[in-house]
Amino acid sequence: MTDQLTLTAENLTLAYDQHEVSRDLSVAISPGKITAIVGANACGKSTLLRALARLLAPKHGTVLLDGEDIHRLATKVVAKKLGILPQTPIAPSGITVTDLIARGRYPHQRLVRQWTADDEQAVAAAMTATQTLDLSVRAVDTLSGGQRQRVWIAMALAQQTEILLLDEPTTFLDLAHQIDVLDLLTDLNLQYGRTIVFVLHDLNHAARYAHHLIAMHEGSICAQGPPAEIVTEPLVHQFLGLDSRVINDPVSNTPIVLPIGRHASGGARTTAAAANGSG
Amino acid sequence: MATLEITRTPPLTADPEACAVVAAARTHGRPRLVAVTVALAVATFVVSCLSVSVGDFPIPVAEVLPGMFGLGSSDSQFIIQELRLPRVLCGLLVGAAFGISGAVFQSMVRNELASPDVIGISTGAGTAAVLVIVLGGAGAPSLSVAALVGALGTALVIYVLAYKRGVAGYRLILVGIGIQAGLASVTAYLLTRAQIEDVQRATVWLTGSLNGSSWEQVTPLAITVALLVPVLVVLANSLRALQLGDDAAKGIGVRVEPIRAALIIAAVALVAFGTAAAGPVAFVAFVSAPIARRMIGTGDVTLIPAALVGALLLISADLFARQGLGSLELPVGIFTGILGAPYLLWLLIQTNRAGIGD
Repeated sequence: MTDQLTLTAENLTLAYDQHEVSRDLSVAISPGKITAIVGANACGKSTLLRALARLLAPKHGTVLLDGEDIHRLATKVVAKKLGILPQTPIAPSGITVTDLIARGRYPHQRLVRQWTADDEQAVAAAMTATQTLDLSVRAVDTLSGGQRQRVWIAMALAQQTEILLLDEPTTFLDLAHQIDVLDLLTDLNLQYGRTIVFVLHDLNHAARYAHHLIAMHEGSICAQGPPAEIVTEPLVHQFLGLDSRVINDPVSNTPIVLPIGRHASGGARTTAAAANGSG
Repeated sequence: MATLEITRTPPLTADPEACAVVAAARTHGRPRLVAVTVALAVATFVVSCLSVSVGDFPIPVAEVLPGMFGLGSSDSQFIIQELRLPRVLCGLLVGAAFGISGAVFQSMVRNELASPDVIGISTGAGTAAVLVIVLGGAGAPSLSVAALVGALGTALVIYVLAYKRGVAGYRLILVGIGIQAGLASVTAYLLTRAQIEDVQRATVWLTGSLNGSSWEQVTPLAITVALLVPVLVVLANSLRALQLGDDAAKGIGVRVEPIRAALIIAAVALVAFGTAAAGPVAFVAFVSAPIARRMIGTGDVTLIPAALVGALLLISADLFARQGLGSLELPVGIFTGILGAPYLLWLLIQTNRAGIGD
């Protein structure tokens, strides 16, 4: 198809210390596409992402980057091909936006620090794409949540990797900024052919923005495929434990989940009205 | 949708204006950094000359530099080369070693409380050295070895106890403060069991003093500083990456564990050799890097300015300790302690109030 980098996992068993989180996970990330890993809290979705990013060594199984065991490759070599934005990266206090984004150039630099025209170009491009040029000399700790997330994505972009993994990139953002970030990631995918994998809480956002979903439940993958095949009433019940109606999103023509819950007929308002009417 | 011709690692491109913004932002704080660094270097040089000049046998400042290189009268030459120059050099080197070591620890843990003199590494060096003094080992080499073993051993114990899927800042600091308290009582016990002459010697040493510094102390320390400071300067870029947290650092290609181990060993060795030469001079490691960062107005890692602040601080405090109170020569650690203790209290209150730290 293309000569793009492939990222696959074969029969992963993942554990923190002795505590086993997942077993027998196999996934193949579609090159040039957006993949979302979805599931309930503590289902192992972040753990899978960390394993794909070689931040967690699997107990069994292998992660293959371009056909090679990712743990056998030098970490700097991996860092030129695959970027990861962890869930809670830390901005050192007082650091400026440009200095933080410039740290994404680490894998391209030699031990004795050398800043080249390529580095400057990459940082400028990342800042242009994320619209952070106006913030260039601001301290990161003075930014709003949405701005800060754009800066972190810019740092990962400055790394200039073909594959970009993000752990819950929209957490702590309001709805408008969540959409901002997801639109930005979509731009990167469409315009620059980046392969993107993110962990996302919001199933409706995942269904709208991803080409491919990996649905997880209690440490194992229960389904993977395009959103239209994964976001169905029986499957949502299976991996989220939620009764729902699935309808077509009139805006994006993707499936959208409407949770049923226990107060489906309109919640407290109609219940109260009914109580008043009978009394 | 049109099929895009997809190439491997497609480049993001930037226009020249965007590049200019990046270039300007990267040099934004540089004039101040250069100005502060030069000012610190000049001040350090001036205080050094002054320190060589004053004393019971005053030597005019103009004769200080010639005297260092063997020019001038034989009396002043002897006083400069054998007495005052080693003392000033020892102060400069100890201050620089403590300053840079503090900067490394504080940056790595992202917390100013994590300096080697607060988390017990200096105390570990001190306890081991007191043990040697009490056991009758006298010479500088045995003190150096003891301090090195003590500091490295303490660092290892703290690291192991604080380790839990990486080293979290607050764990390291709390474990370190606990270890420090334990070692202080071991030192106190050793002193109660010691001969009175040894106790006196150990007490002065534990306060931190440049009294009687000679080339015997300067040489090993100078070699250590000359070897390790360049190593740390080269590792500074990786240290900057480590500040983003272990996962983010690994993500951009840092070999986290070996780099962290190298940083810790180099920083601990500097503290150890500095402590062996002058004792655990209080708070120099703790205050130097924060002072340097505030002068430069940056959150960045600033190793060389921190070293300069440490050196300037130590020789200034020593000059005051020698000359400030007439003929009474006090250990320099008393003055750095007077300076550092309120700062520690202020920082603890601030940290507690803001609930910051991780």
